Formats: sequence, structure tokens, C-alpha cells
Amino acid sequence: MIKKITITAVSATLMASTAFAGGHCSAGKTLTEGKLTIATGNPAYFPWVLDDAPESGQGFEAAVAYAVASEMGFANTDVVWVRSSFDEAIQPGAKNFDFNMQQFSITSERDEVVDFSAPYFIAPMAVLVGPGAVDTAPSMAALKELKWGASGSHTSVQKLMNEIVPTSDPLLYGDNADINAAIAANQIDAALFDLPTALFLSAVMIEGSKVIGQFSVDESEGGDQFGMLLEDGNPLKACIDDALAVMTSNGTLAGIESIWLQDTTGVPLIK
Amino acid sequence: MAKLKLRNVVKRFGDITVCNGVNLDVDDGQMVCLIGASGAGKSTLLRCINLLEHTEDGEIFLDGEDIAVPGLNPQAARKKIGMVFQNFNLFPHMTALENVMLAPRRVYKKSRTDIEAEVVSLFNRFGLADRMENYPDQLSGGQQQRVAIIRALAMRPEVILFDEITSALDPQLVGEVLDVLLELKKQGMTMVLATHEMQFARQTADKICFLKDGEIIEEGPPDQIFDAPTQAATKEFLMRVLK
Amino acid sequence: MIATTSTVLVLVALIVLVPMTPGWEKVQKSFFNGPILIKTFPKLIEAFKLNVMIFLWSAPMIAILGLLVALARNAKSPAMFPLRILGATFTDVFRGVPVILTVYLIGFGIPGLGLPRPWNSPYIWGSIALILTYSAYVAEIFRAGIDSVHPSQRAAALSLGLSEQQVMREVVLPQAVRNVVPSQMNMLIALQKDVSLLSFIGPVEIFRQAGVFKSLMANFTPYVGAAIIFLLVTIPATRYADYLMERQSRERS
Repeated sequence: MIKKITITAVSATLMASTAFAGGHCSAGKTLTEGKLTIATGNPAYFPWVLDDAPESGQGFEAAVAYAVASEMGFANTDVVWVRSSFDEAIQPGAKNFDFNMQQFSITSERDEVVDFSAPYFIAPMAVLVGPGAVDTAPSMAALKELKWGASGSHTSVQKLMNEIVPTSDPLLYGDNADINAAIAANQIDAALFDLPTALFLSAVMIEGSKVIGQFSVDESEGGDQFGMLLEDGNPLKACIDDALAVMTSNGTLAGIESIWLQDTTGVPLIK
Repeated sequence: MAKLKLRNVVKRFGDITVCNGVNLDVDDGQMVCLIGASGAGKSTLLRCINLLEHTEDGEIFLDGEDIAVPGLNPQAARKKIGMVFQNFNLFPHMTALENVMLAPRRVYKKSRTDIEAEVVSLFNRFGLADRMENYPDQLSGGQQQRVAIIRALAMRPEVILFDEITSALDPQLVGEVLDVLLELKKQGMTMVLATHEMQFARQTADKICFLKDGEIIEEGPPDQIFDAPTQAATKEFLMRVLK
Repeated sequence: MIATTSTVLVLVALIVLVPMTPGWEKVQKSFFNGPILIKTFPKLIEAFKLNVMIFLWSAPMIAILGLLVALARNAKSPAMFPLRILGATFTDVFRGVPVILTVYLIGFGIPGLGLPRPWNSPYIWGSIALILTYSAYVAEIFRAGIDSVHPSQRAAALSLGLSEQQVMREVVLPQAVRNVVPSQMNMLIALQKDVSLLSFIGPVEIFRQAGVFKSLMANFTPYVGAAIIFLLVTIPATRYADYLMERQSRERS
């Protein structure tokens, strides 16, 4: 208790002092003063990060990261990138990043352990099918009969189990490359991804596959709200949320989205 | 015609010649004792006769037929030539009875009931009727060796080779095993023994062969070998062991 | 007495001191979260049934294949030379490659050749990967067991007129197998744990199920739950293997 008060007091003092110094909201709250350390996946995938090189600012998340940094008063050269797995992101103890961006879906259960920023993207879930099932109708009834796969660390597992409820047990994998292999080996018909990822995999990675439908983001659990992950109680959250709010209202976020994420209205809604 | 006839049997282990042109005749019903210092080649010679070692040269005739021809299946000869070992070599995972019945059942495809009477009578004869259901580690050394002899006999061999079968026994247990040999001799079994029991050899054997460096350098009736050896090496060996 | 005292002291130290470390509160929340454990434990047990099933159908196959490979490597006649080479290559390859790689390569690779369902199932090919890997180890243990039977046993059996195969089957193998039971028990325990590697190619066994919960709840407690379930099975098994080992060494002395 005493410790907390002390920290609050210290950070209040810091805030006051940097405010006087003409600084910004994030002053004194980052790992390294004057730098913003951002974590991404290892590797980071298209269309979120291009060529696994976030430093380029190319790709949706890379671009959002630099925009947020800029809004918070950091020059592009003050952005430091690190890599992290999901497990590293949620493990207890000191973090090596200020925030972590790799399509983390915001859920209330996760929120108890870590903090999330306001969502920077709402991704509909989409169904990717292998070459053997491209004629499947985008209806719940048809989807139930498919042999399903999903990433075991993704919130899509919930959607699969609770809403689609397939007739045979789904297979779960460690990452998208393994799902790709399972589709290639015809061990599964379909897999559930966020829509941008599904479109990318279908177009580039999995030959003969097709995105046959997306779930409406209006339904419950319909969409994945992606948030930046922070250590529980990180005061930087408020600054990031402010920055995102500004970027939403002035259209910056929508602009980045239109550059890096393709128009998805062509993918039919699943009924 | 000799029951068992060895001609110029040569056995080498690498550069070491263990049997160096052995000639030996064993007549039907004879008991022949091989004597000589350890390492003289007695055991190896017996193993050659049983085809457990393949010979580099020479012939081993059983009833006039060479059984040491390369490429010949050794099983046929082994059915007729039994062998008993220094360390008994009973199968520890089988009872005494199972040890004895294994070979007749597997080799001659006889059923348990076919051979049971004969096997039980063998156990009776050698005073082990109450030990048939025991495992080897529950028997004394003398009892184990007697079971091993019964095991060899159950195949109804024509010749039995005994490889220093009392050497691993406590002195007080030696007698019960030698008694078995006497009994077998009485029945006319053809036997070849490698042995250190000089007293027994002298009293029982029909012929003594003295081996040195893989050769039989002297052979003859016991009295001649023990009382009037012609070779200096024989004399010297007997001096040493009979002291 | 000294043992008891020191054990108690160590336990007290762990129970009292660890919670006093600065990170304990967070570690407890992430790894030893009671409500999460209670919530996920039944489903983990449910998932563990799949581990048990994969184990149950793999273990006998491993014993059979391991024995065959050991016999192939032990074949004596010159005509069997190719068989010996085959056996040696098999054990070299499958002991040399990490299990997880074998699971990946066989689990995805062979079905990728175009096998129709259900013959491309990851359950089948994942199990086969485990069977191949473990057979290689089990074969080596059997081989050591065969070598541990004294040559005089073989000589005695041969002298009775038994054929080479009969000698192996009736005399050598029964003793060899008995000699290696404790070592093979340890292989079974290792297999029980490695069944989890099949999760990488799809089957939702306990490790994957725990991983799903971990991702969902951003909490590692389900892994601790899975570890507890493994220990419940493996500790008694390990104790039993040790007991067998001890009994055997007593018998030999």
C-alpha cells in the first residue's frame, strides 16, 4: 500500500516536472526515457507488418505504431522495436516493451492480467477453406459439417466451439504455418482467422484455398477487437488511448486501414 | 569302429591356436578323460565336438560320418551329442522340470505327456524327484549339476561331453555328481570328460588323454598314464596335481 | 530424524520465503490461480483421456516393433546382413532426430502425399511418429537386454539341439526381457509425456487444451494444472520403476 502511494507520488511529481518542461503525456512512463519500445511478433506477418520489418513502417500495425508514436510526441527515430511471443507478453514480471502489438484480441479474462489499449482495429472472423471445400455455402449449417482447425492461441477457438459447434472435434495448432500444413495435407477443411489474415493466407500462402465468408462484427463475439497489450497498470495506457482517440476522430486510423487492409466487402456474410 | 573319431582337429582364436591337430578315438561305451593344465584346450576341444566352436581344419566323425563339414546344420549332430557345463547353465527362468523338458518338446515336437514319465523317472533315478518344480536358484550346486545332466540325458544322446562339471562345486557336493557319472558308465554311455578329478579319472576312465598346448601328447589306460607316463610333460603335470 | 528435520526446514523455507519475494503476488496470480485451476481442471482431465488413448495404442506397437528391430540388429547369419544394416539405420535415424521433428515431418508430410481421409489423420501419423521414435530406443534397450544374457545360456541351449530361433525365443528373450523391464518402464513414462507432442499437428490433448485456456485467460495456471495431472500418473509409475530396478539389483547381488 505504502509502495503504491510512493509510486503514485513519484510519478505525479515526474508528470508535473515534465509538464513544466513542456513534455508530453508519456514522459517518464516509458522503459527508456525519450524512447518508445514496441513489441511485435516473431515473425510478424503480412498485412500487419511487411517483410517482417516493422522499422519500415510498412504494414497496418507498423504504420499504426508509428502514427501513435508520433501522436504521443516521439520521432520515428525514437521508436525501438523488440520481438515477443504471446507467452512472453502475458508472463508476470517486468516487460521489455512499452506496448505489444500483434493482433491481440481484447477479452475480459486477459484484461485481468494485462492491460489493453482502446481497440485500433475491429477484425471480423472469417472462414478459410482448403481446395477440397471451396464450394461450401457460407451458412452455419454447412460450416458445422466441415473438419475444422484453428490456432490454439487465438480467440477464434471460442467462436468455433461456442457458435459454429462442429460435428467433429476440431484440430488446433500452434501457428498459422501449421494450419497451412494441415490444410495442404487435407487433414482439415477449414480454419478460422481474422479476415485480413485469412485473405492474406488465401491469396499468398495456401494454394487453392478460398475465404468463403466472414462473420458480422455486430453479433456478439462476431469481431475481434485488436488492442495494444501493456503491463497491468501501465500508466502509458491513458496516453495511448488519447492518441488513438485523436487518430480515430481525425481519420488517420481509417486512412492507414485503407492503405494496408484490402476492401473486404466482397466477402459474403455468414448467415 | 570308433563311436567318435577326431582327426587333425584345429581350432584357432585369432593368432592363438587352441587345438593343434587333435586326434582322438572314443569307442562305444567308453569313458575318456581329458586331463591337462587349465588352458591346455580341453574345454575348447569339447566345444568343437559339440560344434559350438567351428573348427579351422580336421574331421570329427560320429559313427563314421564327418559332422564338422562346413555348411552342415549342426543341430542333427547336437541331438546325438549332449553336453554338460562347468557352471551348469540351467535356464534360470524355468523350473528344473521345464529345463529338462524344453529340448525334447521343441526339438522332437513331443508333448508334455509324451515325455513326462521318462523325465520324472530320470529325476527319481538321480534323487531329485522332490526338486522338479524348483527354480535353479533354489537348488544347491550339486543339485543344479544333476539337473543339467538329466537335461542332457532327456535328449537320449549317444555321447555326452562333460566339461569340468565338478569344478564349480563345493568339495562336499562333488561326490553326488561323480556318482551320477559312475551310474551312467555302468549303463554303457559313451562319455568324454574334461576333468581335474584325478582320483576319479584313474578309477573310472577307460582311457586318459593328456593335453598340452592344444595337443594330445600322451594317451593310454589310466594305470599306464598315472604310474608310468612316457612324456616328461605328463610326468611333471601329474607330479604337480597329485602332490 | 535428521532427514525429517531438514525436509521440514526446506518446506517451511519454501512456503514462507517464496511468497515474500517481490514478484510473488503476480506469479501467484499467473501460475497458481485457484479459481482458474478449478474452472479448467475438469476439462484438462477430459483432454488427458486422449493422451491416455494415444499412449495405450502406441505402447504395444512400440514393444512389438522395438523387439523386431532388436532381433534384426541381432541377426547373426551373413544372409541377414541387409536386415542388420536396416535395423542399425532405423535406430540411428529415429534416435538422432528430435521427436518433435519426427512428429512434424511424418504427421504433416506423409498425409501431404495425398492419402484420403481417414488415412491421413494426424492421430494415425502422429502415433506412428511416436511409435517409430520410441521403437528405436526400446530396440536398443532390448538389444542391451539380449547382450546381457550370458553366452553360456546360448551354448547350453544350442548343445541341446535347439535351433537358433528356438534358442532366442525360449531361452535368451525371456531372460533379456526380464532384465530390461525397469528400463522399459522408464521409456513408458517418457512416452506418456511425449504424447503431448502430437498437439503440434492438431490433436487437442491436455497440453494443447491447457494452451487454449492459457491464451484465453492470459494465465499460465492451466499449464500448472496439466503438470499436476501428469505428475499424478508419472510419480507412481516412476516409483514403481525404481522399485523394480532396486529389486533387480538386489537379486543380482
